[in-house]
Amino acid sequence: MGTASDKKLFDENGLRLDGRSPGDLRPIRIETDVLNRADGSAFIEWGGNKIQVAVYGPREAYPRHMQDINQAFVRARYNMAAFSVDERKRPGPDRRSMEISKVISEALQAAVMVELFPRAQIDVFIEVLQADAGTRIAGLTASAVALAAAGVPMRDLVVGCTAGKVDGKVVLDLSKEEDNFGQADLPVAVMPKSGKVVLMQMDGDLSIDEFNEATSMIFKATERINQIQRDALKKNYASTAQDWGE
Amino acid sequence: MSNVKQIVMPGDPVEVPNLKPRNGVYKCGDNKYCSQFFGILQESEQFVDVVPFTGKYVPRRNDKVIGKVIEIGPSMWIVDISSTYTTLLHMNDAPWRVTSGELKRYMNVGDYVYAKVLSINEIKESWITMKDVGLKKLEGGTLVSIPAPKVPRIIGKGGSMVNMIKDSTHTRIMVGQNGVIWLDGAPENVIVAIGAIRKVEEEAHTVGLTDRVKKYLEDKKGEIVGNSE
Repeated sequence: MGTASDKKLFDENGLRLDGRSPGDLRPIRIETDVLNRADGSAFIEWGGNKIQVAVYGPREAYPRHMQDINQAFVRARYNMAAFSVDERKRPGPDRRSMEISKVISEALQAAVMVELFPRAQIDVFIEVLQADAGTRIAGLTASAVALAAAGVPMRDLVVGCTAGKVDGKVVLDLSKEEDNFGQADLPVAVMPKSGKVVLMQMDGDLSIDEFNEATSMIFKATERINQIQRDALKKNYASTAQDWGE
Repeated sequence: MSNVKQIVMPGDPVEVPNLKPRNGVYKCGDNKYCSQFFGILQESEQFVDVVPFTGKYVPRRNDKVIGKVIEIGPSMWIVDISSTYTTLLHMNDAPWRVTSGELKRYMNVGDYVYAKVLSINEIKESWITMKDVGLKKLEGGTLVSIPAPKVPRIIGKGGSMVNMIKDSTHTRIMVGQNGVIWLDGAPENVIVAIGAIRKVEEEAHTVGLTDRVKKYLEDKKGEIVGNSE
């Protein structure tokens, strides 16, 4: 959480800087199969975030000593472009992106049926082209779509959302300013059908009541985001769907 | 059976009255089955399957596949069958009398084979064989690839689709279960045949496909050479 400041994050009507009410999401748009060379791919625009995801595999795992005789492993690589933030980001992996890669890999590993592919690896490349708070959750949401588009067997999709505390108020889907000047940030990812939580991190402090309010907001929002995921996947097959009257 | 095919996502329940879920599903509760894939529901007489739109080939015993030799060992060819794992062709499973270390004389890196899956083990190591009727090293011709789940549509019921393409374009076609397709014939004819295959690939999830491919082939009839014979 950034430093405390006098910056006002709510207007007199209780609306946020970008005109949203506390329970509103930013606009989300997902596109699939945007890369020809990848086995599956997706592009997500979530508010100001623009993230490109490419999935390769399952393929034999290399280096050989990484192979697991019982199951595949999902290797996600979260990378921010140098131009993705206001001030140039030094390119290459750093502490933050390595942590995000790890938590995303583990979240996806829970959804993918890794036991079907012994000795294999599934690569997920998440390239953040433009960052605007909540990139790990946007990247994860797009990764699930890209994996499904690649034909990888999965138990469920993965869908994420954040909530946080801004000026003492619990709000959904923090924007950049709210993230920087708010008091807490809580990214959560779930498998929508079973409701299992696959990722949860918290930065800042929330009371138990605030935490419960935030998670219930997130769970409600994930249903909406899941629908956007499903629509994005279906879109490529919709034009031909008309032929058979759906 | 209805003509409408339902699109399902990973985790969606697969419930069709009187039909047993079979392929592409997993158990997600007591007597409940859910889809593994993003694909369509395919109903047959007794079963309902989830057929993914795309994905890697999963080898099954006795499948005929087309593979590319990518490496040569002292007694095995290592063959890429566009699956998750490479497969092995032992010299005793080749149709020639090969002595150890002399494999290069028969097949080199980059050659293609039409072979049968012999066996697969728990850790998905697999072996292929060329000892059966019609299995051989491929010479000449052209190759195209499609996603493996779409192969059944290319072949059609009892081979109807591929036979139709073969007959109307006067080409020789071999379809590997792994989605690699070998074609040979006059270049003009091969182009038309590839066009038909691409059409099947794009519209694999629709019904009434055979009629549309038939129309496509009739439209292209003028481009086929050797028609008058």
